[in-house]
This record gives sequence, structure tokens and C-alpha cells, in this order.
Amino acid sequence: MSTTVWVPCDAAAVSVGADAVAEAFAAAGVTVRRNGSRGMLWLEPLVEVETDRGRVGYANVEPTDVAALLAGGLDDTDRCVGVVDEHPWLVRQHRVTFARVGVVEPTDLAAYRAHGGLAGLERALTLSGEQVVAEVTESGLRGRGGAGFPAGIKWDTVRTASADLKFVCCNADEGDSGTFADRMLIEGDPFTLIEGMAIAAVAVGATEGFVYLRSEYPHAVRTLRRAIEIAYAHGLLGASVLGSGRRFDLDVRVGAGAYICGEETSMLDSLEGKRGEVRAKPPIPALQGLFGRPTVVNNVLTLSAVPMVLADGGAAYAALGTGRSRGTQVFQLAGNVARGGIVEADFGIPLRELVEDFGGGTASGRPVKAVQVGGPLGAYLPPSKFDLPTDYEEFAAADAMVGHGGIVVFDDSMDAGAMARFAMEFCAKESCGKCTPCRVGSTRGVEVIDRIRAGTQRDANLVLLEDLCATMTKGSLCAMGGLTPMPVRSALEHWPEDFGVEPATANRATDAMPESATSTHGGARP
Amino acid sequence: MPQRGPGPAPAPAPADAERAASVRAITEQLAGVRGPLLPVLHEVVATHGYVHDDDVPVVADVLNLSRADVLGVLSFYHDFRRTPPAAHRVSLCRAEACQARGAEATVAAASDRFGGSTAVEVGEVFCLGNCALGPSGTLDGALHGRLTPERLDALTEGWEA
Repeated sequence: MSTTVWVPCDAAAVSVGADAVAEAFAAAGVTVRRNGSRGMLWLEPLVEVETDRGRVGYANVEPTDVAALLAGGLDDTDRCVGVVDEHPWLVRQHRVTFARVGVVEPTDLAAYRAHGGLAGLERALTLSGEQVVAEVTESGLRGRGGAGFPAGIKWDTVRTASADLKFVCCNADEGDSGTFADRMLIEGDPFTLIEGMAIAAVAVGATEGFVYLRSEYPHAVRTLRRAIEIAYAHGLLGASVLGSGRRFDLDVRVGAGAYICGEETSMLDSLEGKRGEVRAKPPIPALQGLFGRPTVVNNVLTLSAVPMVLADGGAAYAALGTGRSRGTQVFQLAGNVARGGIVEADFGIPLRELVEDFGGGTASGRPVKAVQVGGPLGAYLPPSKFDLPTDYEEFAAADAMVGHGGIVVFDDSMDAGAMARFAMEFCAKESCGKCTPCRVGSTRGVEVIDRIRAGTQRDANLVLLEDLCATMTKGSLCAMGGLTPMPVRSALEHWPEDFGVEPATANRATDAMPESATSTHGGARP
Repeated sequence: MPQRGPGPAPAPAPADAERAASVRAITEQLAGVRGPLLPVLHEVVATHGYVHDDDVPVVADVLNLSRADVLGVLSFYHDFRRTPPAAHRVSLCRAEACQARGAEATVAAASDRFGGSTAVEVGEVFCLGNCALGPSGTLDGALHGRLTPERLDALTEGWEA
């Protein structure tokens, strides 16, 4: 029997040489198959060799390792990680949305079906739209883009709206630093997203859908386009979804490098071919969305959770999680972390378990100073807060947000003042410019932080910074201006010394945190 | 209107009839899709490397938009470059996760090495979705992780400094 090896085609694996490794194996005459990444990114390129025991993994493989690996020369080294399915880092997770990622070839529809795919869509097609929405509502599924709005309520608004045309739009403009789960799902298991969107379309009566995917993800664009072609060829998409007589057409649209287009109304304007400027709400997109028609806008992971909800029933999904945060969350460990990657776990898992047990602390070996949770608009949290359970409400109560589940780890060389300045600088650079608090406030924010750090009229400028943060929080049209104060205030609260401020005087600028920490980039209220 | 994108365009070159015909064909081919302007501009950049000022009236004419509408969109998005690209392109991520892994040192090394070069342009990007294997960047469009100043040097060997 000839040897079969699996080499990930995920962009992260490719970024550290997976394509060259795959070529080297092919040149050695073995069968090479390309899977997505298992999400154990510190091991990439992680090559798996099929054996009687299962797929045995080898970490950080380079082309020059191929001959030795095939001869068994790495078996007794720490480069061999054993049977990958039994790896403790994976066994401790609860993979639901990511169940197939890294296991199958991304565009192998037969493998998708063999691993439980399409069961959700097939069941949805036997139900009424109202029944499908009821399942999603019962599941407790909330928007994974960050805002956490209940998906069932949004879908029902679209379903009950009357219009000649309705849309389902997937927000795959994953621009937040420290998040990469959308990309990895699309590159590793794109049919899950396609199935989820088809279920949404069936539920609300939509006939057209778009995936708005960022241009920084060319691998994902290619994989998704290929998967959509295959889906059309096999009747999953098109005039009659799985022979049901119901039409659903799906297309990929590529963003153009504007961070703000992850905000849902900005994304809709961009899809319409306009400048990606934020719209005032109301009207909500569920009633007047793309081209003024009722539109479901959900994040990749929200839509990708739907097939499981329909296949196993809403109650099964609702049985996972904690409080009002039901199901699983796909956490992403990033930045200066020893073991970075994807950790899918039931909501409620403490931050400490993610950062220390899964993450293994910093990559540099120095002490952890802070983590930023939920992207560039999320709070910086010190280790003293690591016992927080990952739950939307618990985080909001602690003036932080779970957001998209991205966790960026920093070691003790981090300068919190510089990071606060960067938050304002980034907002100034990427503001769409429509509302004044964001457009002007961010530029003034950089200047005020510079003055505080330089010691120029420090007390007066601390008051000014707090005024500015309050204005941005309460007066901005969307979460970009509205949440940029969150990293700024948290940095100042926890590390005033990085601003040259005595701890006692820092408090005045952190008294009034945002009242609502529930609306953010990548998703918002319908 | 704030200037967005890669900076002001050069003075218009003499009208290029062949290019205008190509841009017109691209636009006509995509005119039927919903919201065609972004796909059209992406295709112009893919085919010609950048969007020339002379392309704007052609696109506007085919899509029945004003030139201001097209220019407004063109100038809003970073991807729609309005000058020809250099022979080699280095684009380094400066977002939080890459900063946490020391991206600024690589950014500084790239600026030192290629600053003032006409053959190599150095740009910044905010997140390539490779946040566990940073610092990340693209070299002539290809994604690389675990970048250090030394690795950057090795990967760009022979590029004119």
C-alpha cells in the first residue's frame, strides 16, 4: 500500500512553507492530500501520515525533513505528536462548528456528506420557514461577529417582511487583528458555510446571497469560489436547492481593504458598489438591507453553526454553554502565545484556561502582561481578570467584550500607552468619515494621548481624554468610533504608569465606561 | 474629502486608446452583476496593475454613473491603487497581534533596507488573518509568517535595495 500524507493548504500553514513541503512529498512519490488546518498553528506545517492507528502527525516539517520522516527517522523525536485525533489539545476541545476542519479535503463534497454534512439542510427543506426559524431561536444562537444579537429574532424579522426579493449576506470581512476563525473555516470546510446560508435562505424566503470576503484572504476566496462551483454542479445551489424547487443563488464579493466594511451597513453599501460608509439605523437591514430589501446579515461562524442546529435540533445546541451564551465559541489564540490556534469550547470556559492551559503563556517565555479580547475594539485585560468566564454578559459587566472570540496575548514588554495610542491611530486611519465623533475624535485622541505621555498638562488632558472617550462612545454612528475608547480606557485603567500617570489620578478617566458593550465590528443589531 | 488609498495620482498620461478599450470591455462584461463597481475596479487593477485617472470616465460612462461617483469609490478603498506598482512589493502587518510578536522590528528593517528604492515598495497592512504565526506579511503577494528581519532578508535576496 502506498503511503498517504496530509499537508494543510490553510493560509497559515502555507505562510510557513506547507506548499513546498507538499511538493517535496509529491516528488518523493507518496500520495499527498491537502486538508485544512487542525488549528494547532504552532505546529504548522503539521504533516499527517496515514497509518493503521490513524493519522500520525509531525510538527514543523520542512522540505528537507521529508526523506527522514518517510523513513521513520522522526518517530522517536518530539517532532512526532502521535495520532492527531488523540492529541490532548484537540481532545480537550468541543469541536462543533470546526468538527470537519483539518479532517477533510475542503472541497470534497462526498467527504462533507460522509462526515454529517447536509443533514441540516435536508431537514430544513422538510420544515416551514417558521419552523426553521423556531429551531434557530430555540438554539439560543447569537451573532458571532461580536454583537451577540439573537439570530432567530433577526431571521424572523426578515421572514415576516414582505418584499419581491430578499437577501442573505455573510459578513466575512474579518478585519479584527487576532481573529482568523472565519478564514480557517472557509479554507477548511467551506460547504458548512454554504449549507448554513442555504438554510437561512429557505427559512426567510431569500433567493440570493452574497459572501463579502476580504481581499486580504486570497486563499479563502479561491477555496470558497471552488466550493460554490461544486455546490452548483451538485444541485446544492441554483434553481432547485437539493431538488426542493426553491432557488438560492450565491456569489462571493471581495472587499477592497477597508476595515470599516466589517460593519454590517457599511458592508451593504460596499456590496452595492458604493463607498463603505456606515448607515444610520433605523431602518434596520433586516427590513431595508441590501438594495433596500429585507436582508439577513450574519457572520461566518453564526451561519456555520446553523447546519448543526438544524441537524441535531435547537435544544441540543442550547444544552451547551452558560447563561444566555449558548452553544460553543470558536476562540482564537493569537499574538505572543506559545500555542496559538483555534480552541472551540462551550461558552463559559474561563479566560485563564484559554490563555494558560491551551495557550501555554507567551511565546517569548516572558510573563503575560495583558490580553486583548474581541479585536482592536476590545478591552485590554491584566492577568488579575483571567478568572472571568467567557460569557457575553459577564464580559460586558467587566467593561470588556467577548466579541468574535479573538484573544491576543502580550508579554511584559508591551507598552499599554502605545497600544492605546495605536487604537486611536487605527480608528483615525480606518474611520469611514461619516460621523464626527469617530472621524475627528480619533485624531484628537492621538494628540491628547501624546500630550499625556509627554507630561504636558497631564491632569487637564486626562479630563479631556475622558470627555473625548465619552463623546465617541455615545455619539458615534457605529461600533468603530463607539468602541475605540474601550481599549484606551482599559489600558489607562490597568497600566496608568505606561502613560506616565500615578495610579490614583488615572481613575477619573475610567469612571464612565461604555454602558453598552454589545455592539461591535462584524455584526450588529438587525 | 480626505484622500484615501495610495496617494495622489500622477499627471494623466497621453490618452491610451488600447487601454481605454480594455477597461471598457472589462466594465461591459461585469455591468450586469448587482453593484458592479467594486468588481470592475478589482478587475482593472488585476489586469492593468492600477486604476489610471483616464479609466474613470470610461467606467462611469459604461455604468451610467457620474465621474464623481466612481472617483469617490476609487479613493475610498486602499486596494484600488492609482499608480503603477513597483517591481517588488513588501507589505507588512502592523496590527496588534503582529505587534505583540515584534512586528515593528521587521517593519523598521524593511524601511531601512528599501527606503527610497524605486524597485521595491514597502507598505503596511492591518491583519492578514495569520495572527498566531506573526509577524506576517506578503512579499509580491505571497503570504509569509514568522517574519524576522533576517528571514525578510533571506526571502527578498536579490531584490534591488
